[in-house]
Formats: sequence, C-alpha cells, structure tokens
Amino acid sequence: MVETRESGSHPADPLAGASGLLRLFAAFAKIGSTSFGGGIAGWMMHDFVEKRRWISEADLLTGLALAQAFPGMNVVNLSIWIGWRLRRGPGVIAAVAGLTAPSFLLVIALYELFQKTAGLPAAHLAIAGVGAAAIGLSLDMAIRATRRAATDLFSGGMIVAVFVAVFVFRLPVVTVVAVAAPIGVAVAYLRTEADRP
Amino acid sequence: MTDRPLLQLALVLLPLSLVSVGGGQAVLADIQRQVVGLHGWISEAEFVDLFALSRLAPGPGSLIVSLIGWKVAGWSGALVATLALFGPSSLLFYGLTRWRSARAGHRWVRALEAGLAPISAGLVTATCFVLLSSAQGGVLAWIVALAATMALMSRRVGPYLLLVAGALVFLAFA
Repeated sequence: MVETRESGSHPADPLAGASGLLRLFAAFAKIGSTSFGGGIAGWMMHDFVEKRRWISEADLLTGLALAQAFPGMNVVNLSIWIGWRLRRGPGVIAAVAGLTAPSFLLVIALYELFQKTAGLPAAHLAIAGVGAAAIGLSLDMAIRATRRAATDLFSGGMIVAVFVAVFVFRLPVVTVVAVAAPIGVAVAYLRTEADRP
Repeated sequence: MTDRPLLQLALVLLPLSLVSVGGGQAVLADIQRQVVGLHGWISEAEFVDLFALSRLAPGPGSLIVSLIGWKVAGWSGALVATLALFGPSSLLFYGLTRWRSARAGHRWVRALEAGLAPISAGLVTATCFVLLSSAQGGVLAWIVALAATMALMSRRVGPYLLLVAGALVFLAFA
C-alpha cells in the first residue's frame, strides 16, 4: 500500500538550523543552474534520494504524482513538496527560490549570449546531445514510477492507457488527467480501507 | 515604458497558471496564441527560438515566459511574467501540500495518492517518448537516451558525466 509516513526518512536531521535552510537552497540552486536539457525531476531523484538521502523514493514519487495532477509547473510543485517535507514553510521558499532564481537569471543571460553568437553549429549539436542524455534522466524516473505504481492489473492498465493517450494519440495532458484522475482516485478509494485512527 | 504591457502580460498568464494541469507544456499553445497572435509581442519564429532555448537551458522549461517578459519589457517584464505563471499554481499546491500533511493516513489522501500514481507513471513515460520522437538527431537521440538510462540504473554514473557524454557522442556522430 502507499506509504503515508510524515517523517522518519531523515533520522539525524541533516538540515537543522539556519545553515540547513541555506544548504537546502544551495542544493536546489545547483540543480536549477546545471540541469541543461531538462530532466529536473530525475536530477532531484538522483541528488535528494540517492546521494543526500534527504527524502525517500516513495515520498518523491508521491509528490511527483500530485505535482502532475494539479495545476502548476511539475518541477516547481515538486520543489514545494520536497521543501515542505524537509523544512516546512521556510523550506518551501528556499526550495522554490533555489530552483527558479538562478535559472531565471541564466536563461536571460543565455538568451542575450545567443543573440550575439547565433549559429554556432557545434554548440547546437552539443546541446542536442545534452538534451538527449537528459531525457535518459526522465526515463530512469519513468521506470521507477512505473515499477512502483504497477501494483495490480488495474494500475497497470491505467499506466498503459495514459501512455497510449498521450504518446500515440497525442491527446492534451489536461484532458487525459481530467478523465483518468477521477476514475483512478475513485477506484483507489473503493479499494482502501476506512480511515485509520 | 508604461506599465500597460506589464498588466496585460500578467492578465494573460495569471489565469493560465491555474489551468496548467500536467505542467507548463499544457498551456504553451495558449501562451503562444496570445503573445504571438493576439498581442503580437513577439513573432512566430522568435517564439520557436525562445522555446528551444528555454528547453535546453537549465531550470524549469516554463522559464520561456521569463524570456517572453524580457522581450516585452526587460527586467520588470521578466519578473512579472514569471511570477504570474508560477505564483497562483504554487500557492494552490502549497495549500494542497499543507492539507495533505495534516491528513496523512486518511482514506481520501491514500486514495488520491494511490489513484494518481499510475497516471503519473504513464505521463512521465509518455513525455519521454514524445520528446524523443521529436528530438534532434533521430535514432542517435534514442540511443543516447537509452544508454543514459541504463547507466543511471547501474547507479555508478552521475548525471553530469552523462550530459557531457551525450554532447560528445553527438559531436562525434551526428
């Protein structure tokens, strides 16, 4: 069943105190300013789950599922989720600011740079290669999410149906979520036991 | 520059923020329709350029709105556009996170998370395939992406190395 533990993934809190908040900001800023080609959720999986062990894989994937089903940029929502789990309100601000502020400045700087040096074919190729490798980060994430979510026939069928709707039929994500989410949640509701005290 | 374009920029993006289910790409077509067609702030070709740049630059791909704001009204435009698109949805998701945190273990919360997990898995996978099928480099992009995935799953290689390797492979073979 889905884990709903609120804490416990970080026994000796590595993020205590004001310096912890700064470390949180720095970790998100690092991802925000080096994740060329995208795949940011994959970066977070690698950095926060594998390397730093700040949050569990299950926690991160739950956050990602909610992030996608609700309005907002997935990775910004995911940062809110992780920031809250680690340091509540201040953690949210540190996480979102870390992810967006440096990359905001960088994208503008890159734009101005490209305006002046337009048409460097080698740079263009290199960037395309980085983009392809970055999709690998997302694919790794996709495999983890699928492995964890495909618990039975219904869930497996849902994964395939969503995949086919979006990739094969190219239906808008909003439409797919609007149809699939109520069905998925309703079925899950009927299958879960009543409230635990 | 007057603050009229700033206000218009905000009015375009604020409502889109709250319907961007599934991420920034969900409202991209509408952003394009409004900033290119309706308001004529930038040209069609410029939009395509900004889109490509924001996808390849580090950080959220939706920072394309920062660039649009930048072109419309400089720093203030970039700030207003970014806050307008990221703000409302972020407040909503913050509220959801708090709501959920206070009700961990409740039946509805468990149902929400269990019900959405397969949809999320399908979406992440489909997005990878959509990106790959339109990626520059054709088959080479698939090979690089799959090799990167396998390298990551072996847990012995970090993302930095992979991005550099991807760039080198493209420079050598594309």
